[in-house]
Amino acid sequence: MSDQEFMITMKDVNKWYGDFHVLKDVNLNIKKGEKVVICGPSGSGKSTTIRCLNHLEQFQQGQIFINDTELIDDVKVVRHIRSQVGMVFQHFNLFPHLSVLENLLLAPTWVHKKPRKEAIKTAMYYLERVKIADQAHKYPNQLSGGQQQRVAIARCLCINPEIMLFDEPTSALDPEMVSEVLDVMVELADEGITMICVTHEMGFAKKVADRVIFMDAGQVIEENEPHEFFENPQSDRLKLFLDQILSH
Amino acid sequence: MATYTMKEAKPAPSTNKGVIFWLRENLFPDVKNTLLTLAGLYFLYTILPPLLNWMIFDATWSGSKEDIVNSGARWIFIVEKFDQFIYGFYPEALHWRPNLVAIICILFVFSFKYIKSIKVKIAGIILFPIVCYILISGGVFGLETVPTEKWGGLMLTILVAAVGIVASFPIGIVLALGRQSDMPILRTLCIGFIEFVRGVPLITILFMASVLLPLFFHDGIEFDKLLRALIGITLFQAAYIAEVIRGGLQAIPKGQYEASEALGLSYWQGMILIILPQALKISIPNLVGSFISLFKDTTLVLIIGLFDILAMVTLTNSDTNWLGFEVEGYVFVTIIYWVFCFSMSQYSKSIERKFNTEH
Repeated sequence: MSDQEFMITMKDVNKWYGDFHVLKDVNLNIKKGEKVVICGPSGSGKSTTIRCLNHLEQFQQGQIFINDTELIDDVKVVRHIRSQVGMVFQHFNLFPHLSVLENLLLAPTWVHKKPRKEAIKTAMYYLERVKIADQAHKYPNQLSGGQQQRVAIARCLCINPEIMLFDEPTSALDPEMVSEVLDVMVELADEGITMICVTHEMGFAKKVADRVIFMDAGQVIEENEPHEFFENPQSDRLKLFLDQILSH
Repeated sequence: MATYTMKEAKPAPSTNKGVIFWLRENLFPDVKNTLLTLAGLYFLYTILPPLLNWMIFDATWSGSKEDIVNSGARWIFIVEKFDQFIYGFYPEALHWRPNLVAIICILFVFSFKYIKSIKVKIAGIILFPIVCYILISGGVFGLETVPTEKWGGLMLTILVAAVGIVASFPIGIVLALGRQSDMPILRTLCIGFIEFVRGVPLITILFMASVLLPLFFHDGIEFDKLLRALIGITLFQAAYIAEVIRGGLQAIPKGQYEASEALGLSYWQGMILIILPQALKISIPNLVGSFISLFKDTTLVLIIGLFDILAMVTLTNSDTNWLGFEVEGYVFVTIIYWVFCFSMSQYSKSIERKFNTEH
């Protein structure tokens, strides 16, 4: 089986919300260390696709393998997979009743059972990395959107994940804060972590992605390396999409 | 091209502050409000002086019954019957036991937020009721047993309210979570219980607890009357708490559940560490409202023959030496209730401030 060489494999994944067919035979193979950007119009199933990868959404048909483990609806399997997959959300989803540092300590101490001192050391290291260590004792609502999203990224890194999923990480940010978050993501990309990013930031895609995937109406329409993807789109729908988002 | 320099912040104009400004702004801004202010002042003028005269200036505070000369309140009645109002029929020589419990209770409540270690907190929460029960009830460590029939007055009121509040809280949380569960049988059971209890008056539940419950047990088993009332009140209160907490749970954005799941936290870890702290924080005002009404509802235990502080008014007035002192009794009890309810409401505000992380 070819699963061995891929970090993530999706085989003919189908999903329905009631009667609505959201994912249609999605196939995806992602190698270790690969950076993949998924784009497409809203409602095309891109968020749903990556949310299936850490079982926030369940699919009805097909198979998903993460790091050789098949993702099935079983508490132990799901926990095992979630311990390797970090997710950054559009709306940050930091825990507002906990300080920044406590947000970062939660998973390491409760899920991975690390000693608190060690967890604090790791947390401060990653806060340093996202350039926000001086805010460690503030509460999330005291920070700007860009700072919150960087904390959210640090929170994921604390569990030392093999894979990072980004679900439109810059869509809820004020324009002047987008770049501080993208900068952190670019740095991460350079370190060889496997990344799947749903985003409309085409500049980021061009700069970082090994591969760009275009989805529409629950299907993968086109995938290519970034240069070809943007310069030489094949399908009409991708051409139209690129026209619309790059025209201004 | 035009350029601009940054401006310094200026102080607000002097007409914008001070006592006169406040008065004009708040009491006499226009004709309508001025009339309302004057009407309000007149109302206070007619009410306050007679009330103060009766309660304080013309009141009889000490001495014996024969010393009553003034037309004001005869507080000597309260002084005379004070022990009964507070302790009911609890033996006088043993009053130090409820007193000690009260002191422990106050120390516990006020030191609680300064205790750092979670383990000490949990140990305190578990040990505290046991110590209180042993002290009040006796029967071990050479403490004389005081049967529950002798408990009464304010002591009983606080005891019933405290047990109702403390015991109903965890049950309410479980019911609220059960109501939101994915498991259909559990959910149906929780909804059924909540809706049944909320559809029945507390009096009915107390009657059921005191009259119906013993029918289910064999003759030999004697179920304490107070215990039955406590179980009834706890279950009643739990249903209301469950609905208050459900409101809080529904206010938590879906993203919080998703983030805690994505980090790999289990259902209970997510609930205890992420969701419940936030849901409870939102629910504090409603929870305290619910606790305050429970505190007042405890007077209903009168109908199953338990004498709380309100029942003591009637009881003390049946003393042939002290007939016709109901008014003083009721006013006294009103003040006691108000002090307790107001303190609870203030305590809740201080907790709200403490948990506020929005600043």
